[in-house]
Amino acid sequence: MTAPGIINKTGIGIEKIRADFPILSRQINGKKLIYFDSGATAQKPKLVIKAIADYYENQNANIHRGVHTLSQETTVAYESARVTIQKHLNAKHPHEIVFTKGTTDAINLVACSFGKKYISKGDEILVSAMEHHSNILPWQQLCEEKGAVLKVIPINDAGELIIADYKKLLSEKTKIVAIAHISNTLGTINPIEEIIALAHVKNIPVLVDGAQAVAHTAVNVQALDCDFYCFSGHKLFGPTGIGVLYGKEKWLNELPPYQVGGGTIKTVSFAKTEYADLPLKFEAGTPHIEGGIGLAVAIDYINTIGLDTIAAYEHELLEYATHALQKTEGVRIIGTAKKKASVISFVVDGLHPYDIGVLLDAQGIATRTGHHCTQPIMDYYCLPGTVRITFAFYNTTEEIDQFIKALIRTIERLR
Amino acid sequence: MMSIETIENEIIEEFSLFEDDVFDKFGRLIDLGKNLEKMDPALKTDNRLIKGCQANVWLYSELKDGKIYFKADADADYAKGLVAMMIRVFTGHTPEEILNAPLQFIQKIGLNSMLSMKRAGGLESMIKQMKLDAIAYKVQS
Repeated sequence: MTAPGIINKTGIGIEKIRADFPILSRQINGKKLIYFDSGATAQKPKLVIKAIADYYENQNANIHRGVHTLSQETTVAYESARVTIQKHLNAKHPHEIVFTKGTTDAINLVACSFGKKYISKGDEILVSAMEHHSNILPWQQLCEEKGAVLKVIPINDAGELIIADYKKLLSEKTKIVAIAHISNTLGTINPIEEIIALAHVKNIPVLVDGAQAVAHTAVNVQALDCDFYCFSGHKLFGPTGIGVLYGKEKWLNELPPYQVGGGTIKTVSFAKTEYADLPLKFEAGTPHIEGGIGLAVAIDYINTIGLDTIAAYEHELLEYATHALQKTEGVRIIGTAKKKASVISFVVDGLHPYDIGVLLDAQGIATRTGHHCTQPIMDYYCLPGTVRITFAFYNTTEEIDQFIKALIRTIERLR
Repeated sequence: MMSIETIENEIIEEFSLFEDDVFDKFGRLIDLGKNLEKMDPALKTDNRLIKGCQANVWLYSELKDGKIYFKADADADYAKGLVAMMIRVFTGHTPEEILNAPLQFIQKIGLNSMLSMKRAGGLESMIKQMKLDAIAYKVQS
């Protein structure tokens, strides 16, 4: 067995990485914290924390609005962050990067604006059975408002999309497809290149929910040819309250404004208002300036490690944990797709996931329990919820060993 | 019937054996839940679900000779343990005694720091419902 804390196959410098994340040295209930909930929110490296403090100590001013030095410096920092994100996603233009509050906000923006202009009664919107509520509810609400129809791509027992059914669901009535890149509950990596290509044959645009993907894999929006791609900063080791909507220039130019107010205009009068060019058309009010700056710092940080290295290391953790859980009596893994990210949902026969989560937390282990904002998935598997563990590149096999011991102790206590 | 204060002190003493070990405290809570009297499935209707609990918790009460008797069930053992503990404190007491119960044991056994905000909210909801039942019975009599 490989020495604890070091995975030599990938060559990741795990001890140095863990030292970059101050929270990992915390104790919970007198035990060392084992944080297996990065899928809910990722921890922040010192660089990101420092960047936010530096912003408030040295730069704080409103952006796009003033001519004084602080305002200019902050505007430059914020717009540089936009360019960092553009390059990270390989978007063609920085103005294709719209800052939002997060993925939920980004999807609501597209649903509202796209819906306003392009959705009418009888039109169809396609989502999948594994979507997070944030990629269901905005579309469901839009359908209710417009008399449109929400169609659902089914999944199989392994938690994979049934592509044959997807092909049948794409029709002349389909106006948009909204799909998760990676399932936050099942860990399934969806074949989004194929999904996008099939939709584009019928000129149907595709929005990809990348919330769970961006921390685990490189995303090239031009190569994917997706029409929209969105993610949250806090899942990419950046601050909470900031997110990104990438949209192809042609779409963002066509979509009407979403939330309007200061910052979104060229001219305003009571008779008529002319809206600003991209991306400011979609960025109303004072934004989460330090959030954008912090997110760019987080992206620069993970690029020093490299997403390919991160993906390879996390795959080792996934295999190690999956193997260990499969050997643990009574454990059943939910979501066994051939291609998975480092997300494992499981149940233990006869035990409620909340009880398992509570006793794991008592031993210092942070997991997530419940429906994970994916109630349709729970309905499919007839479960009240699952226990979910999600790994990031600061987790180790040693932590997985301790988790398994704690899980066995938990199961024994609950039986 | 012991007074509510005496029952609370009993619980404090039982939990003091575990000192700060949260795992053992939860274990004890779960044991209390396992000993909860079985509830007739016919009583587990939607209108008896306590709102605000993360797990499903059903609560039933009836007044006999001026005292309230509670029955409950939950689909998660920790929630069963919490409601079992509250039933142990409240059941067989008058509406007045229930409404005036100080419930200091919750803090003394460290329950509020053990429970996440959502689960602490669930415990509050249980207590609130039991006290609402007590108010209703007090008004009736």
